[in-house]
Amino acid sequence: MKTIELQVNGAERRVETDADRSLLSVLRDDLDLTGAKYGCGEGQCGACTVLVDGRAVRSCLTLAAGAEGKQITTIEGLEQNGRLHPLQEAFLNVDAMQCGYCTAGMIMSGVGLLKKTPNPTEPEILRAMEGNMCRCGTYNRVVEAIQQAANSNKTAKGGAR
Amino acid sequence: MNERWANEIELEPERYELAADPVYQFELGELQRRDFFKVLGGGVLIVLALKDAIAQQESGGGGRRGGAPRPVEIGAWLHIAENGVVTAYTGKAEVGQNIRTSLTQAVAEELRAPVSAIKIVMGDTDLTPYDAGTFGSRTTPDMFPQLRKAAAAARETMLDLAAEQLKVERGSLLATNGKITHQPTKQSLSYGQLSKGQKLMKAIGEAPLAPSTQWQVAGKTLHKITGRDIVTGKHQYTPDIKLPGMLHGRVLRPSAFGATPASIDTLAAEKLPGVTIVRDGDFVGVTAPSQEAAARAVEAIRPEWKTTPQVSAKDLFEHLKKTPNPPGAAPAALTESLAAAHQKLERTYTIAYIAHAPLEPRAAVAEWKDGKLTVWTGTQRPFGVRGELAAAFRIPEPSVRVIVPDTGSGYGGKHTGEMAVEAARLAKAAGKPVKLVWTREEEFTWAYFRPAGVIDVTSGVNKDGVITAWDFHNYNSGNAGLRPVYAIQNQRNEFHRSDSPLRQGSYRALASTANHFAREVHIDELAASVKMNPLEFRLKNLKDERLRAVLEAAAKAFGWGKTKPASNHGFGIAGGFEKAGYVANCVEVAVDRASGRVKLVRIVTAFECGAIVNPDGLKNQVEGSVIQGIGGALFEAIDFADGKILNPRFSRYRVPRFSDTPKLETVLLDRKDLPSAGAGECPIVGLAPAVSGAIFDAVGVRLRSLPMIPNGLKA
Repeated sequence: MKTIELQVNGAERRVETDADRSLLSVLRDDLDLTGAKYGCGEGQCGACTVLVDGRAVRSCLTLAAGAEGKQITTIEGLEQNGRLHPLQEAFLNVDAMQCGYCTAGMIMSGVGLLKKTPNPTEPEILRAMEGNMCRCGTYNRVVEAIQQAANSNKTAKGGAR
Repeated sequence: MNERWANEIELEPERYELAADPVYQFELGELQRRDFFKVLGGGVLIVLALKDAIAQQESGGGGRRGGAPRPVEIGAWLHIAENGVVTAYTGKAEVGQNIRTSLTQAVAEELRAPVSAIKIVMGDTDLTPYDAGTFGSRTTPDMFPQLRKAAAAARETMLDLAAEQLKVERGSLLATNGKITHQPTKQSLSYGQLSKGQKLMKAIGEAPLAPSTQWQVAGKTLHKITGRDIVTGKHQYTPDIKLPGMLHGRVLRPSAFGATPASIDTLAAEKLPGVTIVRDGDFVGVTAPSQEAAARAVEAIRPEWKTTPQVSAKDLFEHLKKTPNPPGAAPAALTESLAAAHQKLERTYTIAYIAHAPLEPRAAVAEWKDGKLTVWTGTQRPFGVRGELAAAFRIPEPSVRVIVPDTGSGYGGKHTGEMAVEAARLAKAAGKPVKLVWTREEEFTWAYFRPAGVIDVTSGVNKDGVITAWDFHNYNSGNAGLRPVYAIQNQRNEFHRSDSPLRQGSYRALASTANHFAREVHIDELAASVKMNPLEFRLKNLKDERLRAVLEAAAKAFGWGKTKPASNHGFGIAGGFEKAGYVANCVEVAVDRASGRVKLVRIVTAFECGAIVNPDGLKNQVEGSVIQGIGGALFEAIDFADGKILNPRFSRYRVPRFSDTPKLETVLLDRKDLPSAGAGECPIVGLAPAVSGAIFDAVGVRLRSLPMIPNGLKA
């Protein structure tokens, strides 16, 4: 057993656990943050995506211990003071989901992309999202949601100036 | 319940999973009462029981087996609490097809209550009326009107109560926005005030329903009801459920299908902290405090397996043709018309096994408490799984409760409950709640597959492009969509059972996808043989107006016949009918001759399923079917040898991704004059043949096997 200290959604969390635990299972089973999902365990489907220091990573292939000292953001941490992230809003606007099991991973990958590239081109979106799978086939809606969120960011910033 | 549906159920032998024997026969450390299973578990009996149950359920009669009669009182379907919250109850399960939303529309429409006041309890065997299962595209044609009727009856009851309480003429009252208003005085009483939370015991009867032309809430787009919970990660799927003291389970899987243990050494595994080994007959599983610990414990078990040689993928199609019921001699009229045909064509088409690969793998949380077993699990058949659990543990069905949280998709792949049975067996042994989530590899290996098939077609056409003879034989894949909608004078369409080397069963649209692929590609081949345009040839041989309408709508939106494809591009068209829906696809592909890469450039889909309930929800379903169809059309195939799956993970089994997705255009035809039909299945059937036609148009190569280009196009 080992004590792991994690910074999750801005809060300090301590977990007593085996050293071989994945970040995904610690988030889900120990910290009750079940938004990130298990889908494949080999980094192929993206359902487990979270942000580590602002970058989208596959939490199923990340050791919890390896994420110590880094800022972890999960889908549960996107909402700020009751306000959804623009990409969450955009997913709702265009109904970019069916069963919703992939959605948290999709949104986290999309947020990771928008942090790095606030106005992505369509090929940039496809490249960034290629590792996220939706078996219900809502891909075009997800692309539309990301574009909508990027545009709303632009508008918001433009308005503030 | 219509007779046609009864026939369909009877005619769908490819629901193989429902006819199979139970996976486990536990000893439970008690007397072995195997003959019990002969009564309850036997394949044919289950299918008959199911057919009977659906027939009885949808006709409102009493089921002899499998289910209870559909309750007649409003209160079984709808409850209005004192605070005005309306709860509707249905045994259907939400697996992404968005019925929680469309059924909310059903209730809001007829009850005349705001959508925000309505909650739907789904797939809970203790709370909802018996339901045979969420399959066959039955929710919209059956449950949607059922909840409308219940809601309409509740509304009429509210009117009665208000007239009584206000002592006014019933005709002066208006039901709207969750309350009854006395028009002249504007005095109003809310539904909550009227019902006082009491159960509505009145029979549903025949209250007037709003015709689709006057729908206020239905017929319009309503965003997904659970959308906010989904985008914030709050929605709980089965794998997200956590109970106090819960352990994690894992099952030891045999090395191959049909393998039996020669010896199992669990000594090392037993020594691991917190680990319990559970053995019952051939079932071996573990419970442990974490998923990782459970995985380690299973790895520490040393099993030796007895295996038997089995048919492998390379010999599959030859094997499937060795059927015990081969086609007999063709009827004389068919033989004669084939002999007299201007062009005669004989072709074989093949279909590989594919996996549903729902992103949420099979999962269950089981708890034994106070003499009752409760299992949360993602299944399309909550009551069916309750039956499986009752049989496996030899307890009465009322001692079992199955709850289905809205599930991470199914596509026909979650009709059985082995994950629930496994979790319950582990929980029983551990004396604590157990969560079992299948790994992706387990999901790819131990679920069931869409059946593989071989389809032989022999046909004849006259000089004018009229199909005169049609002899169609499907080996193994199934019966759905077997018969052509084309008007062909002499025809024979047969399904032949085969021995399947892999466990197989229902998949979105069943064998309709395979049968449409063979039929529609063959139609293209016939058209080419008489030098006719594929669309013109289809229209010439079609009498069905609804299929004509979608073909014409797709062609119009696509610009079929208006433009010529660019070099190395091709256009294809195909259409079909399934589960009371009509679909047509026009496809443009681009082929890179050097690399063999085929890219879908755009897909136009026209779809019609009667009166549309939720336009954007329907569009989403149609788009999703088409995208899912791309996988089976182009590259999905299960590879296997000697009882082992060789590609049981996403890195080896390719499913459609962002870069595979073309521009989609969807044309919805709204037939307000027709009853609403389901849309989860039909829109998948036309894509593959349209793609085959487009590839032929681009490079002159006719592809007759699904998947068409698992390794690119070798032109």
